[in-house]
Amino acid sequence: MSPEELATLAHLRRARDLMDRDYAHPLDVPTIAQRALMSPAHFSRRFKAAYGETPYGYLMTRRIERAMALLRSGSSVTDACMAVGCTSLGSFSASFRTITGESPTEYRNREHSAVEAMPACIAKLLTRPAPPLAPKPAQPSRIQEAAAASVS
Amino acid sequence: MTISLQYVNITVNDVDESVAFYRDALGLEVRNDVASGDFRWVTLGSADQPGLEYVLSEPHAGRSQADGDALQELVTKGAFQFVFRTDDLDATFEKIRGTGAEVLQEPIDQPWGPRDCAFRDPSGTMLRFSQA
Repeated sequence: MSPEELATLAHLRRARDLMDRDYAHPLDVPTIAQRALMSPAHFSRRFKAAYGETPYGYLMTRRIERAMALLRSGSSVTDACMAVGCTSLGSFSASFRTITGESPTEYRNREHSAVEAMPACIAKLLTRPAPPLAPKPAQPSRIQEAAAASVS
Repeated sequence: MTISLQYVNITVNDVDESVAFYRDALGLEVRNDVASGDFRWVTLGSADQPGLEYVLSEPHAGRSQADGDALQELVTKGAFQFVFRTDDLDATFEKIRGTGAEVLQEPIDQPWGPRDCAFRDPSGTMLRFSQA
């Protein structure tokens, strides 16, 4: 890897560190791109190539992961939204649903016994919403096939 | 029967730069400097944990070009971390910050319990320090 490529990766890493550190502040992609010494469009492309998700996607995932912890500990949806740096309840709720598959209210009101039974630092890792994966080719389920084979 | 960790391998992009960092920031002493071909393995240790040595080497040391490239990319992207215990977190933080190290997080009380702080080593590995 050339020194230039290494330097680029280090800049991208520092931008990601900024998001991890300051997610609760009003960050936007141009501000984050400045940390990486790149234009916003170039930064977004390079970040996605390196980390597999867009900078905005990474930031929102970080915020929603933190909001999930706050909701589990009893915060209201509005308080959780504001505490993680989102200013619009509507877009917070939409992002929350996109990333977790349920609304913040639904998430807040259901049981979290498995997560509460583990140390919070482990819960933080395990409940981090996964970035969307590339669609996989459909594979027919072999569960019933195996079950049938074990019966015969 | 006892089992304890003896060597911890830390991959770094530049051995000289990193030896200076681990020596000055963490207060480790250089124990050994082993050259093999184009590469070196430098070990450091500390009286605080006499049985443990830190082994610094570059990504391509003892690896194929492809594996070295892959490891170097991961290291630089910040994929690795080590967590240390300290009996004086604030003094540790000030000492490491004083060397000009990249601060990731000032000492704070984490929601999950410990009070800790974090830095990046010169190659991008996260070093977290937790109050014992």
